Amino acid sequence: MGLLDQEFTEGNIVIAKTEDLFNWARLSSLWQVGFGLACCAIEMMATSASHYDFDRFGVIPRPSPRQSDVIIISGTVTFKMAIRIKRLYEQMPDPKYVISMGSCSNCGGPYWEHGYHVLKGVDRVIPVDVYVPGCPPRPEALLEGLLKLQEKIRNESIVKPIRSGFVGKTA
Amino acid sequence: MKTAEEIFNQLKEKFGSSIIELRTDKPVESFIVINPLEIDKICSFLHDENDLLFDSLMNLSGVDDANGTKEKDEKGLETIKGGTLSVYYHIESTKLKHKLTLKTSTPREKPEVVSVTEVWKGADWHEREAYDMYGIVFLNHPDLRRILMPYDWEFGYPLRKDYKNPEFYQGMKVPY
Repeated sequence: MGLLDQEFTEGNIVIAKTEDLFNWARLSSLWQVGFGLACCAIEMMATSASHYDFDRFGVIPRPSPRQSDVIIISGTVTFKMAIRIKRLYEQMPDPKYVISMGSCSNCGGPYWEHGYHVLKGVDRVIPVDVYVPGCPPRPEALLEGLLKLQEKIRNESIVKPIRSGFVGKTA
Repeated sequence: MKTAEEIFNQLKEKFGSSIIELRTDKPVESFIVINPLEIDKICSFLHDENDLLFDSLMNLSGVDDANGTKEKDEKGLETIKGGTLSVYYHIESTKLKHKLTLKTSTPREKPEVVSVTEVWKGADWHEREAYDMYGIVFLNHPDLRRILMPYDWEFGYPLRKDYKNPEFYQGMKVPY
């Protein structure tokens, strides 16, 4: 039970805000699409392995985008691959998150000028939540990227946003 | 073991005018220049002949010689007219331990070279790559498609010296 172990003397009810509960659940088990592109993927795999242990944050690679919450774009995005990445992203169920890992997927990296085959940033095809710099980033950097994403999810709201002019009205 | 010069003399005797020249003036190993439309016959000979036995195609690569005249169109884009594209073949005999470099040049406007896939199966993907990057057409190739670029890439051949990237590909912006 970890944190909650022997914290309660009697009763079995915990009272929490729905939003906090949802956000906590979402950020604590971010299943990633089992998917790698280039040398960054090697670092991503190292992050998943026992030494850095991505699993302690609830990150497990899934073999299908339909079971995944986050996609880590780990490497050079070629035009050929960009089309497939977009399809993978569209196949993921909401809520879904994107971590762009490394210079290539952030902005084209070393291919920014003469890379006739490289998309200059994966954010040209799918929306990115966290950019992790590095070429390739060390596992620690990817872990920090994940923590940033968790922070972002922790502050999310499931309440419908109030837009000016529509206050108090229902659609 | 045979030197490039010995092999050149042997080929010259057998094929005559298909063998153009032996170049030894470059700061690389000497190479034999060959007619692009007869390369398959010559390679087949190099492969089969008992004292040559070139059983391995180590590499096949395209080159843009960029030796034509540069022209600027009304938009200021530079294109190259005339000149040649080349293909280099690095072959080796694993049995007799000798190596050889062949070169063949073909006009830029109609680049055609006969495929050597009949001789070395491994030439298949190398030739597809040379086609993909330079637009060199390999006659008699079993499956001449692009290999690296998308199949629907219609903006030319990226490693030609006068290649220009498009603004968009399938709705994705291409320049930085």
